[in-house]
Amino acid sequence: MTSQIAIQEGLFSWPSDHPELLGSRCQHCGEASFPSQPDCRCCGQRDTQIVSLGHRGKLWTWTIQSFMPKPPYATDETAESFTPYGVGYVEMPGGVRVEGRIQLNPAAPLTIGMPLDLVVEPLRTDADGNQIMMFSFKPVEE
Amino acid sequence: MDVAIIGIGLHPFGRSPELTGQQQGANAVRAALADAGLQWKDMQFAYGGSQDGGNADALVNELGLTGLQFTNIWNGCATGGSSLHAAYTAIKSGEYDMGVVVGFDKHPRGAFNPKPSDWGLDNWYGESGMMLTTQFFAMKTQRYMHDHGITNDALIRVAEKAFYNGSLTSTAWRREALSYEQIANSQMVSDPLRKYMFCSPAEGGAALILCNADIARRYTRKPVLLKAAAVRTRHYGSFEVFSPSQPMQVADAPTVTASKAAFELAGIGPQEVDVLQLQDTDSGTEVIHMAENGFCEHGEQEQLLRDGATRIDGAMPVNTDGGCLANGEPVGASGLRQVHEICVQLRGEGGNRQVPGSPKVGYTHVYGAPGISGVNILTV
Ligand SMILES: [Zn+2]
Repeated sequence: MTSQIAIQEGLFSWPSDHPELLGSRCQHCGEASFPSQPDCRCCGQRDTQIVSLGHRGKLWTWTIQSFMPKPPYATDETAESFTPYGVGYVEMPGGVRVEGRIQLNPAAPLTIGMPLDLVVEPLRTDADGNQIMMFSFKPVEE
Repeated sequence: MDVAIIGIGLHPFGRSPELTGQQQGANAVRAALADAGLQWKDMQFAYGGSQDGGNADALVNELGLTGLQFTNIWNGCATGGSSLHAAYTAIKSGEYDMGVVVGFDKHPRGAFNPKPSDWGLDNWYGESGMMLTTQFFAMKTQRYMHDHGITNDALIRVAEKAFYNGSLTSTAWRREALSYEQIANSQMVSDPLRKYMFCSPAEGGAALILCNADIARRYTRKPVLLKAAAVRTRHYGSFEVFSPSQPMQVADAPTVTASKAAFELAGIGPQEVDVLQLQDTDSGTEVIHMAENGFCEHGEQEQLLRDGATRIDGAMPVNTDGGCLANGEPVGASGLRQVHEICVQLRGEGGNRQVPGSPKVGYTHVYGAPGISGVNILTV
C-alpha cells in the first residue's frame, strides 16, 4: 500500500485538495517565518503560532538550476533524466518571502512580479514505494 | 598602538594533487616567515582555519611543536577575516607581540555540497535542491539588476577584468585572459550567471605574520599597518544564503555594517582607498559589493565598469590579482589571499600588475555563508 507522505511535517497542509504553506507568526512583533519555528528571528521572543501563509504569491527573485545538484539532493532523477528547474523567492500573503522550486513553463518565462500558485507534487519515491511530497510553485493559469 | 603585517606568504592557488591542505598551509606559513626573516619558534600565537583541509592546529606537526597558543577558526568564507580579526585583537590588547594567521583548503572538485544540519536547516531543504550557494548569488544578482538597472554587460566586464588580472599573477589558478565574447557566450549556470562568472572551489594556502607596529621595523623596511579589522553577521531582513524564507522588510547586508565599522575604526573614508579586494564569488557579487562597501552608489557600477574604473590602471582598482574568479576559492585561505595581495600592492611589489602611483591605502572585504562579512583596512 503506497501513500503520499509530506517531505516534512508542517511545511504545508497535507493531505489536502487545496494545500497552503504553513509558517509561524510571532505573537509579540507579528513577523512571519517559514518554516515555522518556536522562536522569533526578529525580536527573539519565544511566543509564536502556526499560521497559513497562503497558496498564491508573487515572484520576488529567481534563477534556474541548470545542473543536477550533488547529494543531499534526493529525487528519482539520474544525470541523464535531470531537467533544469527554477528556484525563487515568492512573496506570500502571510507576509514573508518563501524560497521554493518553480516549475518552468516555456509559455510563461520567469519574471519578477509574476503571480505563482503553490502546488504539492511527488519529489521522489522512497524504498517502500511511498511518494515523498514537496511543495513548489507554478505560473498561475488563468 | 598599531598592528603591522611584516610577513606574507602564499602556496599557489589551484590544484596541488601531491599535497594535503595542511601541507599547503604549512608552505604558506614558511613563505611568510621567510618574508619576515623570522622562524616558527618566534611565533607566540596562531589563528587558522580550513573547511575541508583538516584542523589548522595540526600544522604544528610540520612546523614544530613549540607550545604556542594555536586557535582554530571556522567562519565559512569569512574564516580568513575572522582569523585576522582575532590576531588583530590579540596584539591590540597587548597580550602578544607577534603571531601568525594561516588559512588553507583542499576542496573536492565541483560545487560545494553543504550538509543542511550544519547550518541549522532540515534535510528537505537540501534534498529538494535549494541548498546551493550558486543559486543564492544568482538570485541576489537577479533582484539587484532589476532594482538598480544593472545589465549583463557589467557582469561580463567584471569577469573579463578578473581573468586579465589573473593572467598577470604567477600564483593565480586561472592564468588565461578571456575575451568579452568568450565570457558572454559561456554556458549559463544559474541565470543570470554564466560559467566564467563564477569562481570554483580550489586549493591553496595563505599566511600573514603580524606584530606590534612599534617593533615592526626590526623585521621589514615596509610594514603594512592593519588600521581596522571588523567582522559582522546578518541582520533581520538582510538577504542571505541558505535562507528558506526572507522577511519582507529589507535590512542592510552584513557587508554594509562591517564596512562602516572598519572605516570608522580607521578614521578614513572610501574615497581615500587606493586599491581594493572585494569578495567576487561571482561577477554579480563584485558589482553589488562595490556599493555595499561604500565605493559607489547602487546602480553606478554599470558606468564605472564601462569606464574601466576597477581595472588596475583605473580610479578604484578591484581584485588586482584576479580575485576569487581567477584564483578559485579555497575557503579557508581566500580571505587571507585578499590581504596578501593588498600587502603586495602597498609594498610596491606588484610587478606587471602593480597599481600605478604608489598606493597608500588598501581595503579587503570577504563575504560568506550564512551571512557574515569581514573588512580590513591597510595602510603604509
Ligand atoms: Zn517577534
